[in-house]
Amino acid sequence: MTAILGLDDVSYAYRGARPGRYAVQGVSFAIETGLNTGLVGESGSGKSTLIKLLLGLMRPTTGRIVFDGDPLDLGDRAQMRVFRRSVQTVFQDPYSSLDPRQRVGRIVSEPVRSLQIASGREADALVAEALQSVGLPADAASRYPHEFSGGQRQRIAIARAIVSRPRVLLADEPVSALDVITRSQVIALLGELGARRDLTVLMVSHDLGVVGALCQRTIVLQGGRIVEQGPTSGVLGAPREPYTQQLLASVPRLPQIRPGPG
Amino acid sequence: MSLLEVASLTVTSSDGVARVRDVSFTVEPGERLGLIGESGSGKSLTAFAVIGLLPAGLTATGSVVLDGTQIVGAPEKHLVPLRGRVGAFIFQEPLTALDPLMKLGRQLAEPIARHQGLRGQELKHAILDALDEVRLPEPERIAASRSYEISGGQRQRVAIAMALACRPRLLIADEPTTALDVTVQSEVLALLDRLVADRDMALIFVSHDLAVVSRMTDHALVMQAGEAVERGSIQTLLTSPQHPYTAAFAASAYRIETGFAAAIANGQDQ
Repeated sequence: MTAILGLDDVSYAYRGARPGRYAVQGVSFAIETGLNTGLVGESGSGKSTLIKLLLGLMRPTTGRIVFDGDPLDLGDRAQMRVFRRSVQTVFQDPYSSLDPRQRVGRIVSEPVRSLQIASGREADALVAEALQSVGLPADAASRYPHEFSGGQRQRIAIARAIVSRPRVLLADEPVSALDVITRSQVIALLGELGARRDLTVLMVSHDLGVVGALCQRTIVLQGGRIVEQGPTSGVLGAPREPYTQQLLASVPRLPQIRPGPG
Repeated sequence: MSLLEVASLTVTSSDGVARVRDVSFTVEPGERLGLIGESGSGKSLTAFAVIGLLPAGLTATGSVVLDGTQIVGAPEKHLVPLRGRVGAFIFQEPLTALDPLMKLGRQLAEPIARHQGLRGQELKHAILDALDEVRLPEPERIAASRSYEISGGQRQRVAIAMALACRPRLLIADEPTTALDVTVQSEVLALLDRLVADRDMALIFVSHDLAVVSRMTDHALVMQAGEAVERGSIQTLLTSPQHPYTAAFAASAYRIETGFAAAIANGQDQ
């Protein structure tokens, strides 16, 4: 197992926060190839701060971000180009994350252009391939976001995220704005993409059910600190910490189905 | 006589589009009914129409008889006495229900004073009792706070206290826990469950989440694109759905549930 992206004893305090008041504190974990990781926590747990740090959008107050074994230096342009290509993201709300005035083809090709991966026909081919991978019709490229449903828009956002063939996809509550039928389809898609494209997903979610369905590893956060982390089966199946136990007990469950005939 | 009788309810928007079409159902005193559907299914509009709270631009036709009173087409002055006493509403976002400029105790005082005819010290005690009943810590502090000074879960508890202040016979809860964290959701659901049982209220529980609905009621009406497609026990909706939409909806909910259950079971085996 190789760690692609990780945090090494990272703390972060927002500017203007009271002294000693950290949004995240002493957080260490690594995203390892092939192990989808779920980051679970409630409001104020530091999930969003961690995502911003992992995306290289802000510098840790102390500690470091580690990318491919090296500390990530936000000022190192060569390293950042490789980083941007390798680490992509999908946001929660597919209604606000897609520019309504751009055609889907242009939206999806944005990373290809800005990271100077390809141009012209070659870029079009990458876009078509990405759209196909997420199960959208080829003619989607020439249409506008408003012509698509919420689930399809989230597929467009995923296509944009995978077009540069990243190794890590950071997904911030990728299905919580979706209806249940679309939700299970998008979860299935994320799982498939991982297997087909050597893509490892780090998913932030408040929904343990969704994490259990997609992730091999689970990290539980509370108040900016890691409470428990490990294989999902262990964290969800035999949680050691009282907070994890409380979270699990709070998950609404479907009633057990009585086994029917056949 | 049913507490609520909805017959051929249709809700039309100003551009002539039917957002709810020909929906009929009944709720008996003390009965609980889930309204399940995805966004755009018309479940919330149906709930609003039951108590005559449709947003501007939407018109109801058909019949909604609540405790013997026809709601559809009734003038506002006939509806006011029903709201709170016969039917009360809990919204998804408690900030919608609470006035940010008014102390919470004063907001709660209005329905209590009107319903129970209390004043002065007695009214003050009744307010603190109402806050205590929804398990809010430090009722005095909450009563003196404004809505933005307390947490989301506490706000929803205050909104519940307000909805229950006039002892309604029917409580309509529209996604009351969707905006809350999962541990808070679990506490608020337990609270609602207990309050509805203690007071023998009827409950219409609107939600997109089958698991949450099943926590509150064992009976539900499934809505899709403005129509009621199927009504039955949750068990039946899950095991032998009659309508293809119910089948797809149940299968999706189960797919996530199964992944979750499997993850837990794997850990327990080790």
